[in-house]
Amino acid sequence: MPGKLKAKIVAGRHLPVMDRASDLTDAFVEVKFGNTTFKTDVCPKSLNPQWNSEWFKFEVDDEDLQDEPLQITVLDHDTYSANDAIGKVYIDIDPLLCSEAASVISGWFPIYDTIHGIRGEINVLVKVELFNDLNRFRQSSCGVKFFCTTSIPRCYRAAMVHGFVEELVVNEDPEYQWIDRIRTPRASNEARQRLISLMSGELQRKIGLKVLEMGGNAVVGYLQCFDLEGESGLVVRAIGTACTLDKLSSGSAPNTNTHVHPNTAPASNACNSPSKDGKEPVFGEDLPSFSGPPTPFRALPTSSSSPPPFSPSKPCSRQSSSSDTDLSLTPKTGMGSGGSAGKEAGPLKTLLRQQTQTALEQREFPFFTLTSFPPGFLVHVGGVVSARSVKLLDRIHNPDEPETRDAWWEEIRQEIKSHAKALGCHAVVGYSESTSICEEVCILSASGTAAILNPRYMREGCLDIGSTDHRFEEPSPPSCGFCHIPYDELNMPFPAQLTYCYHCRRQKVPDVLFTTIDMPPEAAVTGKGCLIQARLCRLKKKAQGEVNATAISNLLPFMEYELHTQLMNKLKLRSMNALFGLHIQISVGENMLLGLASATGVYLTALPAPGGIQIAGKTPGDLSNEHHILTIQKRINDTITKNKELYQINPPELTEEVVGSPIPEPRQRSRLFRSHSESSDELSELDLSHGKKDAFVLEIDDTDAVEDIHSLLTDAPPPTGFYSCNTEIMPGIYNWTTGVQMFTSVRVFRLSNANLTNQGLNKIFTDLCENLLKSFYFKLRSMIPCCLCHLNFTVAVPEEELIQVAVTAVAMTFDKDQTQEKPADKPVTKGCSETEEQLQFPLELCADSSSITTQTSSKISGVPESTNVSPRAASVDYGSFADRCSTWLELLRLKAHTIRRGSVKTSRRTQSLAHSVSSLERSSPLPEGRSRSLRSNRSFGGSSVPVVKMTPLSFLPGTRIIKYLGIINMFFIRETTSLREEGGVSGFLHSFIAEVFAMVRAHVAALGGNAVVSYSMKECVLMENPNKNQAQCLINVSGDAVICVIETDQESMPSTINVVQTCSSGADGAT
Amino acid sequence: MAVELDVFVGNTTIMDEEVYQLWLDGYTVNDAVKVRMEGGVLEEFEASADVLLSDTMDQYRTFQMCERLLHSPAKLANQLLFQIPPHRQAILIERYYAFDDAFVREVLGKKLSKGTKKDLDDISAKTSVTLKSCRRQFDNFKRVFKVVEELKGPLVENIRQHFLLSDKLARDYAAIVFFANNRFETGKRKLQYLTFQDFAFCAGQLINSWTIGAVDNMVEDMDVDLDKEFLQELKELKILITDKDLLDQHKSLVCTALRGKTKAFNEMEANFKNLSRGLVNIAAKLTNTKDVRDFFIDLVEKFIEPCRSDRWTASDMRLYLTHYTNSAHILDTFKHQVVWDRYMGVIKSCIFKMYHD
Repeated sequence: MPGKLKAKIVAGRHLPVMDRASDLTDAFVEVKFGNTTFKTDVCPKSLNPQWNSEWFKFEVDDEDLQDEPLQITVLDHDTYSANDAIGKVYIDIDPLLCSEAASVISGWFPIYDTIHGIRGEINVLVKVELFNDLNRFRQSSCGVKFFCTTSIPRCYRAAMVHGFVEELVVNEDPEYQWIDRIRTPRASNEARQRLISLMSGELQRKIGLKVLEMGGNAVVGYLQCFDLEGESGLVVRAIGTACTLDKLSSGSAPNTNTHVHPNTAPASNACNSPSKDGKEPVFGEDLPSFSGPPTPFRALPTSSSSPPPFSPSKPCSRQSSSSDTDLSLTPKTGMGSGGSAGKEAGPLKTLLRQQTQTALEQREFPFFTLTSFPPGFLVHVGGVVSARSVKLLDRIHNPDEPETRDAWWEEIRQEIKSHAKALGCHAVVGYSESTSICEEVCILSASGTAAILNPRYMREGCLDIGSTDHRFEEPSPPSCGFCHIPYDELNMPFPAQLTYCYHCRRQKVPDVLFTTIDMPPEAAVTGKGCLIQARLCRLKKKAQGEVNATAISNLLPFMEYELHTQLMNKLKLRSMNALFGLHIQISVGENMLLGLASATGVYLTALPAPGGIQIAGKTPGDLSNEHHILTIQKRINDTITKNKELYQINPPELTEEVVGSPIPEPRQRSRLFRSHSESSDELSELDLSHGKKDAFVLEIDDTDAVEDIHSLLTDAPPPTGFYSCNTEIMPGIYNWTTGVQMFTSVRVFRLSNANLTNQGLNKIFTDLCENLLKSFYFKLRSMIPCCLCHLNFTVAVPEEELIQVAVTAVAMTFDKDQTQEKPADKPVTKGCSETEEQLQFPLELCADSSSITTQTSSKISGVPESTNVSPRAASVDYGSFADRCSTWLELLRLKAHTIRRGSVKTSRRTQSLAHSVSSLERSSPLPEGRSRSLRSNRSFGGSSVPVVKMTPLSFLPGTRIIKYLGIINMFFIRETTSLREEGGVSGFLHSFIAEVFAMVRAHVAALGGNAVVSYSMKECVLMENPNKNQAQCLINVSGDAVICVIETDQESMPSTINVVQTCSSGADGAT
Repeated sequence: MAVELDVFVGNTTIMDEEVYQLWLDGYTVNDAVKVRMEGGVLEEFEASADVLLSDTMDQYRTFQMCERLLHSPAKLANQLLFQIPPHRQAILIERYYAFDDAFVREVLGKKLSKGTKKDLDDISAKTSVTLKSCRRQFDNFKRVFKVVEELKGPLVENIRQHFLLSDKLARDYAAIVFFANNRFETGKRKLQYLTFQDFAFCAGQLINSWTIGAVDNMVEDMDVDLDKEFLQELKELKILITDKDLLDQHKSLVCTALRGKTKAFNEMEANFKNLSRGLVNIAAKLTNTKDVRDFFIDLVEKFIEPCRSDRWTASDMRLYLTHYTNSAHILDTFKHQVVWDRYMGVIKSCIFKMYHD
């Protein structure tokens, strides 16, 4: 009995009139937790009742504390008939269970009714007294902190990253139970809301238990989803990354920069890591001290035989031991088997690889839901890996044994894992999972970015290495490091054009890089980035059961292929060479599939300039056709030129000589020494970037192709003063000011034309997305100059002939003057300019380290050891796509068999190689500090309602998060039987979304917070029946409640200095 | 093929002041879109008509949802549904309660009842203010009227506190309430030349000097009802015209003072008795509710019109009324100095305000 929950009902206000005769209400309140209920007195005849109740005390297990919400019901007392419910408030008390989060919940909550919406407000006080319970076999996991944020939360330091945690719970959906036929819609909705609240509580508790088992104390990047499977049930599942977080004392956390560079972090950390069981292998001793370059070409004196440095891998029953067995589970991807380590080129590389790989392989899934990382965490990035699988839903017979669903996900994860392996990577970062359900068909998807991680991060105290352990600092490669390929160039998992890195000249990089993570802050970019979307509709025949599932699985690979082609073309059209934050959603409807891929394109300085797009005609003889092609070609070239200007992409064009393979070593070196100063000279002499190697040939062989090209060109650039991206921040913009406007927008489009073609559909869908963007730009025009960040599109096919697009994003203002100055202008004059820091410093460092490492690098090239082993599994059996589908890799194979309309020369399948070394967390906070953030977000004078800011990002510009108060995870249902009276579906949804915002803000304010970060709307299911004048909508939102304070100039000054110092020390370290 | 649903909700409620005004003015969504297109937002921002339509719809919906709150503006500050910065809240309220002078002129002094509401379409046609806007304005008047009716304390202050209006707007509403309560006739043809602001000024004068509130500030309706005792006392002023000696004495005093100071002296002298009778009779009759209603029409008919036909200038008027008022103090047999001042103070400033073309 380790907890006492206390609640006090203070007052109500703005209650609705429940008694028509008196125009007043006789309100009282029921407070329920578990099976215990208390009541307040009736406060007669008042719309603003003052109850001022006693403290209602609930003595409960902490297990219940985690699972159950506190349920507050406001009722109107009626002497003669049954009391009428006014509405309810569910309060998740989880934040109170963690000592570091909120200590009391106190404030005004909207009283919510699923039929009427918000009906007044109630003031409530809630406290929890927890008794210490040392029972090791406990079922609760109080105290484990949860974060939606997909990076290490500011004001914490990661002492250890343990890895992937997942869990799912299933239940019958109350909406589909027999009782639903006799109960009121309100009762049914409330049953559902309550059930989901319970389930997510349970899920969180179970995940918490796993985290404790692993020795962690927090879950970062917690992603919880609902699958409304209809008849077959309700699934709540979650994934996250278990970590051990240490709170930075307020002194050491004056700004986010602190943990940006490990030097300032206290080194003592190794000892406060929580894992108590000494089983954990200690890795420290056998770690050689690297003094060389980032990538381990130097000799590793120690063998990799020593046990891996990872945290006690969780004793999970499902744990699979080695790669080979894993792979056998995914026979369809024949590649990459045989142990990727064996075929690596350099033996040293292999050694390290083996080391970390075996380490990571010890855990079931080396997945990380994080999208940005502590410095040095990422070593190399291999590329996007994804897997999809089509399943037929059947009733969940035993909710306590959700084996089927578990097995499905297990299968997908195995596939992802094996794909990563095929890319020469041992881990997957930026990992996420999603589903799309239509009737009884369900598409399960998972995607992430294959990567090589620094093994030390999985070891105790690893992120601390700062002051004492310089080993880490030294190998930290220059900003280009993450782009270098992790796989063996002679044995590439897919055809890609490799060149030497344009930054360090020492290692190979691919021509294009796709990733699902945020851009590592240290990455050098040229110009600005932009949102790139590929949109696709595919009709399919209506069908049932197996047939339907098969049809869908057959379509999937083609869709992925097309989406990828579109992405690639659009990327080239913008003259960019990398995608970050890639998110591909495929949604299934009764008669069509929708695919939407969003990502942020950038020009990575380290990667080669993209070739142009060349149009080729099918019939060379035809003159008119020839002319036509010329016109298109001209338009394309014009667009590219315009885009270059628009996004300020004017890289130093020293490309030509480097292109193509091995360059004689000495020459390359000399180039490096001359550094970038000369690049400007060369600029004038060659502008060949896209004429020289038209890697990309678009063949016009039919009308479809023409359409495709036209659609390529229809994407309108954002109007002047606007930028957009779907990552946390816009590459190339660093000086955010404090203007923030988070918004959610939903559009549903009805297709009335019965006989639509794929092309027609594509056009409609594209227009829908484009128009949405245009609407945003228009609505937010007062914020110019501003950037739409974290544009998160969700598509759905709620009914036949309906397309629904929901977007949540944030518009942030920035200081125009500063962005306009060219990066790398005059480095010294602006001591704190981010641009400079982004560019100058890395260059410096690069030059430095290159001087030391010349020998090594020559060695590399001199070691063409190419143990040309393991011939790849030659082909993939496409027939077997029936039930699970495509990944990038499989598609690769597929490509060979499919119509070659798109790229010819380049690989389309090229994935990103990102390697983030000393990720400076994120560059934005620095400029924030510097920005003259004058606009404070003090609560509005005179208003009694505290202001709560919301953002899908993990930070608010110009502010510093000083405390995380707990996770917000709310699920609401709203239903109406008077749709017309509420202004139709638009009116209905508009007020519902506004209500959801209001409830989120109220909960945050009650926790004592003033902002929500990492906010997302994960579910928005709208069902309407205009004929019956009815509609129902379900919304699920989540985020992290925080307290943030304005960063004053005073504070920010030292912070900038700090950073500068970091940089120089980093450089020193490399020397 | 159509957009079936289209919403945009910001954490901070986005409101465009131009669209708000269009909404207040009773434009339909489509008309508002037209106006905006003509206004040139599109060219400014390369947007299409669809974008404008969608934006306008969103905003209209937001305003409709806010309207309930605007009915009791105090709620706007502590409601949770919309996060609106306070300065925006103030703008929303002030604009919502703003009214068209043309419209208010039509309903001023009328009973704020359902009957009047039915006539709104006529008023709308006459003033070319949209019916929707007329209804909003009318309902605003009625709402303010109902709330302050039952409140103690000064009228203007009550309105300002309850509806969070600016001082200026609160005073205008006080005038409207005052006129509606006393049902002053303002619609006659002869009064057409007077603007709302003329009446509002007069109302202010009356509220300040003639209501119960002028003597006792803790009574209900203190600023709305005229001071009955005072109206009774006004009867005593009749002596100024019934007593022949007094009347002559008064005339000679005034004429002595005015002689040589104005071109209209002859007319003043000739009309003195008529004018004085007019003003004093108005005072004496104010105990009848019917005559209270006709107060302004009487002022115009009995005083302003005769003067105007004699072509008095505004300064003539000032001169005359000043001396007319002051001379009464010198009359030995006239004992009602206090009542006289209280009466004439208001009459003077009202006439000054009303004496124009």
